[in-house]
Formats: sequence, structure tokens, C-alpha cells
Amino acid sequence: MEIRFNKLSIEQKKAIWAYIFLFLPLIFYLVIRIYPAFSSFFISFTDWDIVSSEKRFIGLENYQRMINDPVFLKTLGNTFKYVIFGLPINLILSFIIAYNLNKLQRGLAFYRTLYFIPYMTSLVAVSWVWRWLYQPLPLGFFNNLLGFFGILQQPFLQSTSQALPSILAPTIWVEIGFQVIIFLAGLKAIPEFLYDAADIDGADNWQKLFKITIPLLRPTIIFLIVTGSIKYLRIFTQVYSMTRQGEGGPLNSTKPLVLYIYDNAFRSFDMGYASAMTIVLFVVILCITLVQLRVLEIK
Amino acid sequence: MKKYLLSQLVKKVLPLSLVFVFVLAFVAMVSAEKVEITYWQYFYETKKDTIDVLIDLFEKENPDIIVNQVTFPYEDYNVKVAASVPAGVGPNVVNLYYGWLPLYINADYLQALPEDAFNPEMIEKDFFPLVSAAKVDGKYYALPTAVRSLALIWNKDLFKKAGLDPEIPPQTLDELVEYAQKLTIYDKAGNLVEEGLTAELRGQLHHWVREILIRQFGGKPYSDDNRKVTYNDQSGYDALTFFTDLTEKYKVGQTGFLTDDVTAFKAGKAAMTIDGSFRIGTLDKLENLDYGIAEVPSHNGIKSNFASFWANGITSFTEGKQLEASIKFLKFLTSDSTMELWLKNIGELPAKPSVAFKEENINDPKYGPFIKGLEYAHATYFVDEMAQRQAWIDAYDLVKLEGKTVKEAVDAVAATEQKVLDKFYSDK
Repeated sequence: MEIRFNKLSIEQKKAIWAYIFLFLPLIFYLVIRIYPAFSSFFISFTDWDIVSSEKRFIGLENYQRMINDPVFLKTLGNTFKYVIFGLPINLILSFIIAYNLNKLQRGLAFYRTLYFIPYMTSLVAVSWVWRWLYQPLPLGFFNNLLGFFGILQQPFLQSTSQALPSILAPTIWVEIGFQVIIFLAGLKAIPEFLYDAADIDGADNWQKLFKITIPLLRPTIIFLIVTGSIKYLRIFTQVYSMTRQGEGGPLNSTKPLVLYIYDNAFRSFDMGYASAMTIVLFVVILCITLVQLRVLEIK
Repeated sequence: MKKYLLSQLVKKVLPLSLVFVFVLAFVAMVSAEKVEITYWQYFYETKKDTIDVLIDLFEKENPDIIVNQVTFPYEDYNVKVAASVPAGVGPNVVNLYYGWLPLYINADYLQALPEDAFNPEMIEKDFFPLVSAAKVDGKYYALPTAVRSLALIWNKDLFKKAGLDPEIPPQTLDELVEYAQKLTIYDKAGNLVEEGLTAELRGQLHHWVREILIRQFGGKPYSDDNRKVTYNDQSGYDALTFFTDLTEKYKVGQTGFLTDDVTAFKAGKAAMTIDGSFRIGTLDKLENLDYGIAEVPSHNGIKSNFASFWANGITSFTEGKQLEASIKFLKFLTSDSTMELWLKNIGELPAKPSVAFKEENINDPKYGPFIKGLEYAHATYFVDEMAQRQAWIDAYDLVKLEGKTVKEAVDAVAATEQKVLDKFYSDK
């Protein structure tokens, strides 16, 4: 064995060592992630309730049930609302902040830290603080603020129309921290001489923005859109923490698909149905990501 | 050198290891006679401590049995139990909320309590009738130590402030509304400052609507076999009308006011609330709170109450000596003396009328009204507690937020809840 190992080229030896070090995480990944993923694919064709010993095969029944389940359709719709409203606002705000921060000559590190702090804070803590801010009078900060300006008290989280935007606000606030940092890194990578050249050509700021900055930020933007969509599609913690008893209410108006999956799996123990919805969510995320990569990559 | 080592080995190591082997064998023999069983419950400090005390007592009475208590956080408890089932591990004796029993009995997780030790007729004679929620096909699968019921809790200081006699609580629903209106305070801007009556269905009040108001308005929440929703009639509409009127017409309370009902009451910002006996411990910790407890107000001369309980069952993989030990432990947990201790330490009510209705218990100013409520209490036969609780929460929201009529709202949630019931019973 020893002799054989010595006969290998340095490259081969390196590869072997790499595999040895990768072995443990690989096993972990297979057992903890890949196996359960395939297993849930199988469970989605059963009516397993977690406690029964047998997993009865029921074919596509769970998938058929979804089509006729108003709550499933509602939560799927909510999930898209989170992405469609959350992500663009998030990107635009982050870009504006990063663009202006990039112009700062001093104190950049300080502001960067300031914007990044929410992202480092536990999402549960953030959600609960915002939940308290949204409270009705006499406690709620926002309602006190409105009252100060003579505006009528708002129901925020207790209204079917305001609750979803109310949950989006802290989500965007947190995500801005992350996106600003990435945008800043992208902006710093744009060579200064391009702007100098543009100055010589007499380009104004808007032209520089649309002809140089944004086109050169393309890879950054693609990265943020793809990771951002996945984050918004999987939204859970904020809704669970900010709605009463984690119910995604009122009347399911804020419940995202992931929370509905959680309800079915761990509150009603309807594992088969929950698994089927997980598969659907997986397919949705996969399709959206593929489409985004396609559309954004090719001009 | 080698010889020396060998002789050392024979001289020192061998006798030592022989002694060690003997000791091991002895320990094994002794412990072979001892049976070890495991008990699971959720973590609630006084409950855990009381069970520790009880285990000590039990082990003194039964020196050949060792009981290990394991607790889990309440939030994870049901999931932990459920996940232990397919994994094939878990306790011998397990504490379960009665609303979860149908799931576990259906899955053969619990074994029927052996009739020679727990005779169904004796159970029905000795225990409150509401324990029949643990009965399936004539067999009992679990028994409680204690039960809980609802009562009206009022803040005496706020009564005085409103010019009401602090010792006389409302007796009927009409009085309840009348008192609540007097006790409610709004500021100049029209914001609620103090609630007359708490109005959050997510706490205990959905039970108030389901098992108390519906019956007081002349209906019944479910059919006798529990398989059909029957509140989608005039009684259900009246019950929901009464409840929505509290917040929309009389404006005596708000959902989510100061987060939840118990917080509002503890803060002295709610004059009356309807809550469970398990709250006494929490409220007694507050020195500045002067409160009274009365039976839940009646209506049309009808008294009703909602009772619930945590029951102890034996898992189906427990057999042989462990089964014998588990039966003994379960008997011990459901004995009169355990119930007395449970009431004293935790504030949950004895599950047997003979213990509950003792003079000193029924005349207790705090426990008395809860115990009286047990006489006419109903335990809802939940098959999916979360989904069924949501029904009344949604009914209220449909009226308040979506502008649906009371009839539309009740009919809609009744249909949803019926689906939940149908799904459960179709699997059987």
C-alpha cells in the first residue's frame, strides 16, 4: 500500500487527500440531506401520519388534493406575493444605498456595519421586535407615531390586507444589509478608469449609471436575484413569529407555502400531504431559478 | 524481564480483575431484579418537580422498580412523542393531552389499559365522565391525574374603580355584558385603555364559544358520536353573534389587546377574563393583583363548562415485567393521594369527584368555582386540535375582517371542520 501510494503522481495524491477530507462531509450530506429528500419524494405518494407503522401508497391522491385545497392555493399565491413585492423593492433600495455609500470618502466601514447589523441579528428577535412595534395602542410604536401626526390607528398585522406588507417590511430591512454588502463589493470591482474615460467623453451621471455601472454589476445582480428569490420563496420565520400563534393569519392572509407545509407535517401530522407540497415547492424553486438564469444570462 | 512482568500480572492484575468481575456480576444480579421504566411529560417546572417527589414515594413503596422521568419543552413535546413512534424508542408511561389521544390510539401507540387493573366500569364510577374522551370501542387507553375547567376571573380593584361591588361577579351572560360595559375604559382619542372582558379566541375563549355558548343558546357543537359538526344552526349563529357583539357592538374588548388575555389581565388592564384553573399559580405570584374567581356565567338557565386534561397511557411495546411496573406506576399516578398533592402543588383539579368534591376543596375560594364547573363540563373530542381551534378564530375574523354575515361565517368554518373530521374517520 505504502509503495503504491508513493508511485502516484503528486496530483493524484492531492486528489486522494482531498477525497479523504471530503469524505466525512459527503457522508453527512448524503445522510442528512440527500436521503431525506428522496425519502420525502416517496412519502408524498403515501398517506403517512408519522405515527403509523405502515406507509400506505395512495398514488397521486395528495397531488390531486392540492388542486382542490383553497388554503394551498392561497399560500402558494402568498408565497409569490412575497417574492414579487419583496425582491424588487429590496434590490432597488439596496442598490440606491450601496450606490450612495460607494461615493463616501470617509466612514464607509461605519455605515456598512450599520446596514449589516440587522442581517446579523436573529430573525426571530427581529420579528418579535417588529411585532411589538405594530401593536395597537397604547403599546404600539407605529400607532403612537401615527397618533402623533393625527392619523387614525392602523390594524397592521390584524388586517387581511395590511398584514402581508407589514411582514415584508422587516424582511426587506434585514435583507438590505446583505444585499448592500454584495452591491458594494460589485461596485468596488468596477475599474475607476471607465468613469474617467466617460468623463472625458462628457457623459453625465445618468449615462454613467446606465451605461457603465449597471451593466458591469450584472453578475452581482444575477446572484442577488437568484439567492433573493430562493430566500423569499422559503419565507417562514418572520411569518411564524409575527402572526399570533404562528398561524399565518388573519384568515391565512400571510401564510406562505412553507408554513402550510410545516402545519401539515408537524401540527396535523399529515406527512404525506406535506411531502407532496414540498415536492411542488422544490419544482417551483427549480423552475424559477432555471428561468432566471436563462433570461438573465443571455442578452 | 518477561518473567517478572508475567508474575506481576498473575499476582496483581488477575486478582483485581477477578474482584472486578465478581462485583460486576453482583451488580448485574441485583439490577436484574429491578425493573426500569421511563416516564415522559412536557416540561413545566412544578409538574416536573411534583413527579420527582412522586417517583421517590413510588420507589420506596416498590423497591424493585426504577422510574426515569424525561421531560421535553412544551412546544416540541407532541412532535417528540410522534417522532419516537416510528423510531421504535420511547417511554413506557407517557403523558398526553387528551386531544391527541385519537391520533395515538389510532396508530396503536397506546395499549388498552388491562381490564383487571383498570376496570372500565370502575373508571366510569370513580372518575368524572369527561375522561371518556380516552375511551375507544369500550376500552380505556389513558387516565388523568387531574383535569382543568374554566371559570370567570375578575379584578376586584377595577370593580371598585368602576363603582361595582368587588365581591359580586356577574352570574349571567346579560350581567356579564352589562358589567363589562361599565368596566371598559377608552381614552379621549377613542383608544381602548382597559378591557371590560378579554376577547381573544386564541386563548381559552374558543372553548367558551364551542362548549359553553353554543349549549347555552340551545345547541350542541357535535353529534353524539363526535363525527358530525352540528353547530351550524341557530345556536351557532347566536353564539358567534354574542361573541362578535362583545368587540364590535359593546366594544368591551379587543383581540390581541396587550398581546393576549392573560397578559392584559395580569397587567390590570382587563377587568374580567375567562380562563383555566392552571392560571391560579401564575396569578398568585402577582402581589398587587386582587382577584376573584366565579363559575362561568349561565344563560337561559343553562350552565356549561369546558374541561380538558392530560392523561397517562402505557405504550404498546411495553410488556412483561415493565408492563407490570407501568401498571403499578399508573395506578399510583391516579390514586387519591396523588390527586391531592397535584391540586396543592400545581392547581389542577382532581380527576375523581370523590376527591374533588371534598369539603375543603369545593369550598376553596379559588378552586371551588372550577370544581363546581366540572359537574356540568364537556371535553371536546378533538381529532386535530389545531385545525379545529382555528375554526372559531376564522369565523370571528370572517365577520370582522371580511364583512361576512354570522351565518355565512359559521357555515363556512363548519364545512371546513367537517372535512377535518371526515378525513380522520375515513382512515379508521
